[in-house]
Amino acid sequence: MTCNNEAVTLMHKYLDGELKKEEERKLRDHLQNCPACQHHFHELKRSITLVQNAGPVQAPANFTSNVMDNLPKEKKRKNYKRWFHQHPFLTSAAVFFILMFSGIFSAWNQDQQVTVSKQENLVIQDNTVIVPEGVTVNGDLVVRNGDLKIEGKIDGDITLINGDMVHEDDPNPLEGEKYQAYVSGEVNEVNQIFEWMWYHTKNLFQGVFSFGDDE
Amino acid sequence: MENMIKQKIKQVKKGDRSAFEDVVSFYQNKVYHICFRMIGNAYEAEDLAQEAFIRAYTNIHTFDERRKFSTWLYRIATNLTIDRIRKRKPDYYLDAEVKGTEGLDMYSQLAADQALPEEEVESLELQSYIHKEILALPPKYRGVIVLRYLDELSLQEISEVLDIPVGTVKTRVHRGREALRKRLRHV
Ligand SMILES: [Zn+2]
Repeated sequence: MTCNNEAVTLMHKYLDGELKKEEERKLRDHLQNCPACQHHFHELKRSITLVQNAGPVQAPANFTSNVMDNLPKEKKRKNYKRWFHQHPFLTSAAVFFILMFSGIFSAWNQDQQVTVSKQENLVIQDNTVIVPEGVTVNGDLVVRNGDLKIEGKIDGDITLINGDMVHEDDPNPLEGEKYQAYVSGEVNEVNQIFEWMWYHTKNLFQGVFSFGDDE
Repeated sequence: MENMIKQKIKQVKKGDRSAFEDVVSFYQNKVYHICFRMIGNAYEAEDLAQEAFIRAYTNIHTFDERRKFSTWLYRIATNLTIDRIRKRKPDYYLDAEVKGTEGLDMYSQLAADQALPEEEVESLELQSYIHKEILALPPKYRGVIVLRYLDELSLQEISEVLDIPVGTVKTRVHRGREALRKRLRHV
């Protein structure tokens, strides 16, 4: 047995726990007669022990809370993207189903009038639905083909289809804290036809699979 | 424990942020440790470990729940760290010669317990010396040595973490051990 090739290779196999019985005997026999390999083997095992005892290392204090503070803010309206990722097959099947049976493409193009799910006390002005000051909408609100301006309060979720939130003070109202004060529930914006299909799919399937609760 | 983590990951996927807090607190030492041993300093290790958890969180939907979460997490951490090592200049000071002691005792047996006396390994000076010697290894050997001997991962797990074949892991562990043997023979 050559020291540098065979014996050393067997030593490493031993250290990886992969030495066969016969190889183990071969290595042992060689070590008994070869001081150089004995020394080599000893050094290998010793360096492993030294490395293993390099000392425990602990994450700094507050590590977890620092991570939590630095996590990106989850936007509710992005959740459906996650759903697409998790259920790609179901999603395409559902979209196909919807396209086949409900003619959504034509509906998207034809249906351009502003509609709102609750009319009570709401004002519709130039394609903008306004929740006037002092008015509280109880329950969810769906606005289609129009923008939404909230001066009062909404006690529920908002769905905007092909429309935007309008706010005079804050150019980016969805991120603003002030905006949150007005709406107690989720805000979903549906601006693309794909999203719109998804919105329909979700509503259609919700009753059948309790889909919304699941994800 | 693996089951507890599985449950937490399910919750995180459903959007439960606080479940992720438990995941971080469970793995923080391990992830920090891998980064620290590979990058060498506490400041960068903290930065890298933090980034690893944030990436795990933002990409949690790509994690396949049939696999081991720790493997996936360590993979993110090692990739980030290896990337960082590649981008910076090599540290030459680590190769400084250190006076060695001669007269190692030659005694060795196949089954002999090689544990060192505790006082010896507990000495902080020795620990920091070893830490530097690990850092002086070329990064590709350093990675496998850290995962194998400091995190006690199996060869198979290392292959999954680093996304390299088991055969390559074996070769690197083998060469890493030989490099360490030469560096630590005088300790
Ligand atoms: Zn020999």
